[in-house]
Amino acid sequence: MATHETVLEHEVNDQQESWEGGTPPFKASYGKLMMWYFLLSDAFTFAGFLIAYGSLRFSSPTWPVPDFVFKTFPFMGTKELPLIFVTVMSFLLIISSVTMVRAVQEGHRENRKGVVFWMLLTIVGGLGFLSCQAWEWTNLIGTEHMTVLTNPFGTHTEAGVYLNEDGTESSETFLPGKPYLLHKAGGGHGADAGHGEDAGHGEEAAHDNDGGHADEAHGTEPGDYKGYVVDEKGFILNKYKVTEGLDKGMIKTQEYGPKAFGALFFFITGFHGFHVFSGVIFLLIIMLNAASGVYTKRKNGYEMVEKIGLYWHFVDLVWVFVFLVFYLL
Amino acid sequence: MAHVSYEESIKKVYKGLVLLGAVTLLEVFISLVGKGHIWPEALEYRWILYTVGLVIIILSLYKAYFIVYEFMHMRYEAKGLAMTVLLPTALLVWAIIAFFQEGDSWKGRRDQIKEKNEMKVDESQSPQGMLLDETIYQPRLNG
Repeated sequence: MATHETVLEHEVNDQQESWEGGTPPFKASYGKLMMWYFLLSDAFTFAGFLIAYGSLRFSSPTWPVPDFVFKTFPFMGTKELPLIFVTVMSFLLIISSVTMVRAVQEGHRENRKGVVFWMLLTIVGGLGFLSCQAWEWTNLIGTEHMTVLTNPFGTHTEAGVYLNEDGTESSETFLPGKPYLLHKAGGGHGADAGHGEDAGHGEEAAHDNDGGHADEAHGTEPGDYKGYVVDEKGFILNKYKVTEGLDKGMIKTQEYGPKAFGALFFFITGFHGFHVFSGVIFLLIIMLNAASGVYTKRKNGYEMVEKIGLYWHFVDLVWVFVFLVFYLL
Repeated sequence: MAHVSYEESIKKVYKGLVLLGAVTLLEVFISLVGKGHIWPEALEYRWILYTVGLVIIILSLYKAYFIVYEFMHMRYEAKGLAMTVLLPTALLVWAIIAFFQEGDSWKGRRDQIKEKNEMKVDESQSPQGMLLDETIYQPRLNG
């Protein structure tokens, strides 16, 4: 008998759902509360990434200058538009956050059409952001040859003057803090030919900034030349003469930027982009559910829309900080 | 959102959009000033760089506060819920700042090692530092 009773009790509990025994904790539904705690744990993951980024950046003597690294804009060629493209990306996320708030509001009014309409706009915003990020990555990898382990964005720590191809001093001088982009030998399009016409834009822009003696045809094989060095990866490291400080008069060679930058950039923006991507998938599923009338039948004020709304705002929130540390500071 | 009418809450949302957009534009503008794009002389003053950094961080924190409190409705949740989420986050902010400090200390060590590596020993002079004259040891060695 005892076992039979236990089974009965268990079934009753299952039907009632323990969350509904009296007042719910914090006056919130189970789903919403757990979404908050999931977001909290996700915040810890992102904080781990930001800690790695911050401590490595603080420990490096130089760091790639964001308004130099992120100054390209689609279809604008060599024009320098520092940070404008990422500002557009930020606005896409902010606007999609606002349309999400509207979808939740329409959900409270049990307005099915409103929910679907505003969620659709949110999805469009999310896809727009992902497309922008895809372009940004393509430009960085394909045109500027930045990879997880290679960072061609360096910064000068001394004042100096670049050398010409024949080893004589050129008229191109620079001061400490001047950023430069190393580029690959072979006409500016990289040793691995086959990029499209537009592949050269970023590099041409770079020539203005670092002297650009390297696109002359001769001496593209790895080796030590009079005016520059070509390394095994095919990058051209210009030589320069130091004009101030302790090492005055010495001939030095350009170096790569801090190695960790590539990995940090691709992993942090990639992890955020993955959140946006999965958010878009969930938005799509919930929008289709809403359109089919599932939530109208549940009569719980479109709570599912509220939950995905919390997630979507969190993605926007994380972008506020990614935008801050990678692009603004 | 139950406290205000539907029309009022819609208005509030669009006000939020304008606010977030304006703050973002302001941040980008301040950042570009700090990098010397709008006013080239700004690069010559160190304090401008620090002020710009501080102002941008404060504006970003304001944006984060606005998104959490208005868009995510934290303002309307029970206080206990808000505390269980916000207190761990506050500890997290402390951890982030602490690790920045740590990174700065690594840099100090690296600079120190680099400086010591570049030091040149002057061979012509007699040994300096802790080495003492041999005669001083003599009595103890004999004894």
